[in-house]
Amino acid sequence: MKNRDLSFWLFLAPVLVAIFIVVIYPLLTGLYYSFTNWDGLRISKFVGFDNYIKLFHDKEFGDAFWFTIKFSIAAIIVINIIGLGLALIVTQHIKSSSFLRTVFFMPNLIGGLILGFIWQFIFTKAFASIGESMGIEGLQGWLSTTETGFWGLVILTSWQMAGYVMIIYIAYLQSVPEELIEAAQIDGANRLQRFRNITVPMIAPAFTVSLFLTLSNSFKMYDQNLSLTNGGPFNSTQMVAMDIVKTAFTENSMAYAQSKAMIFFVTVAAISLLQVYYNKKKEVEL
Amino acid sequence: MFKNQKSLLLEIIGILLAIVWLVPFYLMVVNAFKTKRDIFADTLGLPEEWTWDNFVQAFVQLGFIKAFGNSLFITAISTLIIIICSAMAAYALSRNKSKLSTVIFFMFVAAMLIPFQAVMIPLVSQFGQLDMLNRSSLIFMYLGFGASLSIFLYHGALKGIPESLDDAAKIDGCNKFQTFWYIIFPLLKPMSVTVGVLNVIWIWNDYLLPSLVIGGNGTETIPLQLFFFFGQYTKQWHLALAGLSISILPVIIGYFFAQKQIIKGIADGAVK
Repeated sequence: MKNRDLSFWLFLAPVLVAIFIVVIYPLLTGLYYSFTNWDGLRISKFVGFDNYIKLFHDKEFGDAFWFTIKFSIAAIIVINIIGLGLALIVTQHIKSSSFLRTVFFMPNLIGGLILGFIWQFIFTKAFASIGESMGIEGLQGWLSTTETGFWGLVILTSWQMAGYVMIIYIAYLQSVPEELIEAAQIDGANRLQRFRNITVPMIAPAFTVSLFLTLSNSFKMYDQNLSLTNGGPFNSTQMVAMDIVKTAFTENSMAYAQSKAMIFFVTVAAISLLQVYYNKKKEVEL
Repeated sequence: MFKNQKSLLLEIIGILLAIVWLVPFYLMVVNAFKTKRDIFADTLGLPEEWTWDNFVQAFVQLGFIKAFGNSLFITAISTLIIIICSAMAAYALSRNKSKLSTVIFFMFVAAMLIPFQAVMIPLVSQFGQLDMLNRSSLIFMYLGFGASLSIFLYHGALKGIPESLDDAAKIDGCNKFQTFWYIIFPLLKPMSVTVGVLNVIWIWNDYLLPSLVIGGNGTETIPLQLFFFFGQYTKQWHLALAGLSISILPVIIGYFFAQKQIIKGIADGAVK
């Protein structure tokens, strides 16, 4: 197919049109709107960087951003430790292996909205009930404080996504040649040494993939945030995605919300580009 | 003996972890069978008497059959369109080695970096101004948001399909579209399964985009109905949990039947 072939363009037309109308045009107009006083319908004035300046002094946005960063760091650490642990268990030759994979992966198929509601019940009712019967004070009043809201989100996300990264780790673990491990065993390397010096370097790409995947997923999270804490108490567990939605559709400050969205876009794109760069560097080294 | 003991230990640890993993589902289901008073009295145990009333009421209040139909329609049509259009685009791009083709491919890849929230506000207001916030627009939007990753995955798979096949088809008198439809597309089937799995999971569970595009116009999907339902019965956990259980059921059944394809699809999609 050549550029001047009609068929080339016919094959591309549906996706080109869709991406242009749905992604590229709104992104470009959105960039423009963020420098105006756009109210969703009309623009009466070009305001330069006013929205962005306001945004840097906006405590609510700053708090949401900081909360998102803290949450993402905690989530990626917990998810990856659990995910790798699960992968190591199910790749041993045990009978229940495929059953276990099925179970651990299951939460992933269910929407974040539903999972958030289920865990809201667990944290507020079941935790309280366990706490009462066993006399543990710390299990009372979950989700009513910033602290418990934070850990509630981390627990929910870990339960949901650990099975996902488990699948990634399994894919790489299975590509480690058995002979290599056996050879090391013969050379007298113990279990821990074999894991640290053979398995870990061999599955290094899995760490990159999983870390960035969980990072970008946690950073962009919205549904779970909405259904588990809805940002409460007092917006203290509100993440950036939710702050943008609220500013736009509850407070109706469209142009201002769009400036937040542009900052969000730049951050997410930077994370992803860092991953691409990191992967390329790794490939060269190998 | 030592080896057996070790794998027995691992087996036990694994099973215990699986039980922990299933506890949230257990709590959801058993409490959905309890009365409001029962949940208050005993959250963790089995119900004293099992009642189906909550399910009946939730099923009716959710308008479950209609919501299920809407979800099924939107997910199936969107995924089908994404599969066909992305495969066609990826095919065109992989069989054209020009600079322009490479640039277009990279544009698609770059579009994957754009989070939904970055374009959501202009997108919704632009469609709103044209009075086009409806189900067809939603499906069109799914094509726009889903195409990039799908094209990327198909493009990778097409590298493994030799161009000599295209030439052979041409000699036999196939035009470009016939070559794609009868020769190439069937060979892409494993990748179509992956692309299908990823898009079905995403679209079926998606909440934010449909809430902005089709919220309140009678074609609501399960997540939208559930959110609305939950808001109404926020302190009535017996009903809310029954609603959640009903909503999850189709997914669990689907998972039961297509487990292998789903797990393989996820692995392929993530690793590539």
